[in-house]
Amino acid sequence: MSTVASRAGPFTHTANSVTRTMVWVMVALTPATLYGLWLFGWPAVLLFGITLGSSLAAEAAMLALSGQPVHARLGDGSALLTGWLLALSLPPWAPWWIGVLGSVFAIVLAKHVFGGLGQNMFNPAMVARVVLLISFPVQMTLWATPAPLGSAAAPSLGQALAYVSGHTSVPEHMSAATSLGALKTELSRGVALTQTTDKLAAPQQMALGEEAGSMGETSAVLLLAGGLLLLGLRIISWHIPVAMLGTLAALAAVSHALEPARFASMPIHLLTGASVLGAFFIATDYVTSPVSRAGQLLFGAGIGALTWVIRSLGSYPEGLAFAVVLMNALVPLIDRALRPRVFGRSRAGKSLEVKAEPKIKL
Amino acid sequence: MMLFQVRGGVKLSYRKELSSESAIVRMPVPKRLFIPLQQHVGSPSEPVVEVGQWVGKGQLIGRGGRGISANVHASTSGTVTAIEERVAPHPSGLNQLTVVIEADGEDRWAELPSPITADFPLPATPRELNDRVAAAGIVGLGGAAFPSAVKLDMRYKYSIDTLVINGAECEPYITCDDRLMREAANEIVDGVRIMGYALAAEHIIIAIEANKPKAVKAMREAARADRSIQVVTVPTRFPMGSAQHLLMAVTGRETPADKRTAEVGAVVHNVATARAVSNAVRRGEPLISRVVTVSGFGVREPANVEVRLGTPVEDLLAFCGGLLPVPTLLINGGPMMGAALPSVHAPVVKGTSGVLALTASEINDGPQSPCIRCGKCVSACPAGLVPVEMVQLIKRGDLQGAKAIGSQDCISCGSCSYICPSHIPLAHYFSFANGKLNDLDRDARRQHRIRALIQTRNERTAREAEAKKAAAVARKAAKAAAAAAAAAAAVSNETLETSA
Amino acid sequence: MTQAAQAIGAIGLLGTGLGAVLGVAARYLSAPADDRAEAVVALLPGSNCAQCGFAGCKQAAAAIADGRAAPNCCPPGGASTAQQVAELIGVRLAADDADAALPTVAWVDEERCIGCTRCIRKCASDAIVGAVKQMHTVLPEACYACGLCKAECPTQAIIMKPVLPTLATWHWPKPATAQRVAAG
Repeated sequence: MSTVASRAGPFTHTANSVTRTMVWVMVALTPATLYGLWLFGWPAVLLFGITLGSSLAAEAAMLALSGQPVHARLGDGSALLTGWLLALSLPPWAPWWIGVLGSVFAIVLAKHVFGGLGQNMFNPAMVARVVLLISFPVQMTLWATPAPLGSAAAPSLGQALAYVSGHTSVPEHMSAATSLGALKTELSRGVALTQTTDKLAAPQQMALGEEAGSMGETSAVLLLAGGLLLLGLRIISWHIPVAMLGTLAALAAVSHALEPARFASMPIHLLTGASVLGAFFIATDYVTSPVSRAGQLLFGAGIGALTWVIRSLGSYPEGLAFAVVLMNALVPLIDRALRPRVFGRSRAGKSLEVKAEPKIKL
Repeated sequence: MMLFQVRGGVKLSYRKELSSESAIVRMPVPKRLFIPLQQHVGSPSEPVVEVGQWVGKGQLIGRGGRGISANVHASTSGTVTAIEERVAPHPSGLNQLTVVIEADGEDRWAELPSPITADFPLPATPRELNDRVAAAGIVGLGGAAFPSAVKLDMRYKYSIDTLVINGAECEPYITCDDRLMREAANEIVDGVRIMGYALAAEHIIIAIEANKPKAVKAMREAARADRSIQVVTVPTRFPMGSAQHLLMAVTGRETPADKRTAEVGAVVHNVATARAVSNAVRRGEPLISRVVTVSGFGVREPANVEVRLGTPVEDLLAFCGGLLPVPTLLINGGPMMGAALPSVHAPVVKGTSGVLALTASEINDGPQSPCIRCGKCVSACPAGLVPVEMVQLIKRGDLQGAKAIGSQDCISCGSCSYICPSHIPLAHYFSFANGKLNDLDRDARRQHRIRALIQTRNERTAREAEAKKAAAVARKAAKAAAAAAAAAAAVSNETLETSA
Repeated sequence: MTQAAQAIGAIGLLGTGLGAVLGVAARYLSAPADDRAEAVVALLPGSNCAQCGFAGCKQAAAAIADGRAAPNCCPPGGASTAQQVAELIGVRLAADDADAALPTVAWVDEERCIGCTRCIRKCASDAIVGAVKQMHTVLPEACYACGLCKAECPTQAIIMKPVLPTLATWHWPKPATAQRVAAG
């Protein structure tokens, strides 16, 4: 007896899957994360754990609420990755409720309210960071100087618990400003940028990450290595990182050349403020970036430009989160305007005109 | 030779080594052959034999129908035992009219047209050659099964200057063209030259994918003598074998949407088709057999088999050692663009390039998860479409919206489904959408005709009613006139009587 | 006035004002229903078979334009008519395979037909061929399954047969939302 086939082809499939992609992104983040955790000690470790844990818990709760298979969907790693990126963008010694609130904002508000995996319009980690920054400016701008695990200044586990629980606030001598923060504050006080820059860490140090900031701001070198790994595995394409860093670098270089006292130089812009993290891990988030190559270039350029504008001309020292969220809003428009050209049709959609005498090109 | 960039496509794991080193083996004629009367694009051919009739090998059993069609011939000598509906090698599982022949074991040729053995220039006009190709029932053997004579006739409608021979064979597992090029290169080149002569083509390009170096070598050797033929290696990327994309890659000409390659001055034919043309001209033999690759992890002995058309798939599989005792899915064609076979009783037809028995590990299916908008489908699509957006519209039921962004330009290559990390069956959605749109179009045209019929009838009934009314009025008037006349006559009679 | 009261008052006033503007626009600036009803009538078969539940195609069109009837209320019109009417009205119709019952055509059972021609006179598209005391038969390409002939036949000789797909008309159904290929 003949039967109807159950489905149409193709009957072969690439080995790639959503989980595999997420896992590789986490692998690429691991060196920079481990370094950051070591650099900032126990409070950072605890905060990291709390943030990831609450991300998973929030995701599980939302999946159960919406009737989806909790175990299967939790296993795809998307919530874990969101929590991870959020943790990397928080001040390392922030109290626990910052991590929990951030995770809840990211998973519940920025992801599931929009429809869950693949449906959100804004990058969840960045939305959460923006909400936290605006709602709790004090806690979100209290940076600590690096106190590597095992060094004299490093807090013990007990002290760490005290910081994280909010019981004790970060002591004065441990707090410090990020490079961008310092530049902005001094500039507003009328001190020329060139003077402030001399007091900052050298570019090599910045690249390696021995300065105050969130964990994701610190080691540009390790983050770059992770980004190149993702490029090599074809998990991300070069369009967004190159467009973003390129635009940022170009604007920084040009402005610094024109007015060095007012605008920071290119290395500072590229090596601080989570630019590298943003270029390779945050802006390249599949769900919230355009699907076409041309669209991705425009998207990356827009983020780079907005980051520079907010950092240099706005009142916030750090502009990446805002830039990403603003460009996310434009993505549907970009996708509609920059569709690829269909084979055999002009850009307007009409069938191609045949030229009178087709000549073979040899 | 310079090659041109072709967008999109995917890199596959080809697994051609399963059968690429197996020389073509000839399968003995089975006891019964089931030859469908439609093995080609266009209208079905009409049977010209009767049940009980003896037919010779190569005898015409189906004459091409109206419009685009092709002849069908008996694959061996024997008796026609039935002309009935039988299962077609089509995923729907529907039946089609099939001629069943019981082989008499002698395999005797019927009377064939006289062979043309002379060297080039041939003692035959292009018109005569086209007629031979048509009479021989030759269709595109790459899988599209488009009647070849119709393609050769394009020279009378368009100005053709290029003939491209498609030796790409971009589907995984399939190696029939590869082996044919390695073993019968001279015949293929002869067929190519015949077609080039029939088309009066200035340039002839034989394009072969880079993963077939031995085939490239063999074809270069065979084509050395003819200066107008170039053998070109194209990159190994699916779907390089798509005629329009291959044409783009080797000549840079982009075929306009909804038009044929002839529109840009080129005609594309498969290598096996070229060999069939050579057979038809040099030996007068019609198309009655083809090389099929039987492969997949589920087959005991993968092979490239020269099999008579109409052979049931189960006989072909048995010839290759049968299936292994593991769950397999039988595919007609390649894994990317082929379709599942509805039954092992389905026959091998002109478009059957391969029969695959695939295990679950090869199919590598997975549970569907939500789309993460990674955009890989957009990069993979060779037609420049946006699968992620089209499938969203189709899921919502907005088929016209999907059509507006190009779903009807989809070539159904399956690259998008292949690359999707969420295992969304994108190509299936587009096949559904296009099929449904065609349905709606057909329905709309039908409704339009019926509305016209209804209107005609309404007008007719109105006219009849008018006519009836007018007749009734006329009758009444006539009656009244007659009554008046009678009354007048009566009065005058009376007057007469009175006066008399 | 406290700040909160000011804020609430301002937003409230703004909302009310804008709402009023929208309401007025919806009432006086919307597309006239009459034109649309005429356009819809042109799309419907026009044989007043009453399968939609209205007295005739004109009434059904008026109802569709008003929004009292769904665009796919005409069974003989088929999926294509439903689609076109929906596009005209601006209503979205989910083109699912689920609601697509197979289209039907009338068929005369020759055992039962007595050749009375009542169905022929009723058929709006002249789809039935026959004469008095001669066998009647339906031309499937002209039949749009309005059902009037079936109701008319005194011997119940007409049944509606589904039109089965052929190799030329078959197409893949919509993929199910969660699938796995069954190997074997």
